[in-house]
Amino acid sequence: MEVPILKQGLYLIASIQAALSDVDLVHLRDALAEKVGKFRARGVIVDVTVLDVMDSFASRTLRDLAHMTRLRGAETVIVGIQPEVAFAMVQLGLTLEGVDTALDLEEGLAFLDKKTKRRTSRG
Amino acid sequence: MGDQKVKRTEDRGRGDSPARVMPPPDDESTVSLLRELVAHLRKDSTQLREEWARRITEAKLLGAMTSDEIFAEATAVYDNYVEVLETGAVDALQAYARDLSERIIPRGVETDEVVGIVLLLRDVLARSLFAKYQTDFQLLNRILDAYEPAANRIANTVAVGFVQERERIIRQQQEAIRELSTPVLQVRERLLILPIIGVIDSQRARQLTEQLLRGIRTNRAKVVVIDITGVAAMDATVANHLVQTVEASRLLGAVVIVTGLSPEIAQTLVTIGVELGKMNTVGDLQGGIEEAERLLGYKVSPFTEVAQQPI
Repeated sequence: MEVPILKQGLYLIASIQAALSDVDLVHLRDALAEKVGKFRARGVIVDVTVLDVMDSFASRTLRDLAHMTRLRGAETVIVGIQPEVAFAMVQLGLTLEGVDTALDLEEGLAFLDKKTKRRTSRG
Repeated sequence: MGDQKVKRTEDRGRGDSPARVMPPPDDESTVSLLRELVAHLRKDSTQLREEWARRITEAKLLGAMTSDEIFAEATAVYDNYVEVLETGAVDALQAYARDLSERIIPRGVETDEVVGIVLLLRDVLARSLFAKYQTDFQLLNRILDAYEPAANRIANTVAVGFVQERERIIRQQQEAIRELSTPVLQVRERLLILPIIGVIDSQRARQLTEQLLRGIRTNRAKVVVIDITGVAAMDATVANHLVQTVEASRLLGAVVIVTGLSPEIAQTLVTIGVELGKMNTVGDLQGGIEEAERLLGYKVSPFTEVAQQPI
């Protein structure tokens, strides 16, 4: 199941529509890493609202995705983790260390606005 | 089922006097001896009851009750006691013990007092048996063989009934504490506070976390202040749960500030080596809210016109 990646200004938004297999997740990671360069994006939002489970492979792939896009010049923020999913994740020790998270798409956009502005003003 | 219970209590009663060597049980004669015993105890009941009440007062037991009350309860216990000796069925006594416990526990009667008065009665009755049968040592011996296990069983029943009642009360109170909901309150747009009061066990900690995560979502909170001023102690399990709560909140995009850690809890956390790097802590609730406002970009300043007005 392909994840649509939408371009919105300087950001790319990957909106997950259904539960993903491991292969789908790897595809998503590679596609985003490639498109960040192609569209010269400054930020990436991955919306996981529909996911009701997040296993170790998924959280590791998302972490890798965040680190890969950062190396290619875009900040990634994961949005829409459900309370139950968050609780289950921390119990399994999957805390998405070093990855930014936000409540939903709106918060994610606000977060990226703040973060990229800070970076532009500094650089 | 009832029979089983009686039998078990009886075994325990016998086990309580290991120093004495039991003669092979002779049911026929035991029954007839007990009958004789009961007749004796019924005949002298007034005198023995008074003796018992006197001994209770002397031993300064049941200080929480008046002497009239003691006498009334003593009468009831005495009748039950003799009845158990007669019939061997402890059900009525069990019910009475439970009822008695229910009445006297709230008045601060301790376990040792309850056990003490039953043992006193046992003593008073045994002495009266000694006085009555002192001429015939053989008979006295056999009377005691019949009396002792039954008396032990009674003492056991009353003590167990009392302790069970206490445990029931404790369970009930635990339930009540668990049901006291912990509110998740919004103080400002996107700022929640979660004041925690009382003892946290892992079940309550889990419930708190779930409530908080749901609260973050419905209130779209960005900052949460968890105040644990009212928490007396914390063990490793609960501390780790707190850390998990902080991490789970972060996954929902909220920053958690923990306030009001007492010196004892701070020491516990350091000793058990909780990863404090992930925890954002501020001394008290006021400081926590101020820090949260700073994170949210609020600036609170006094309204000078009001401040200058004479009160």
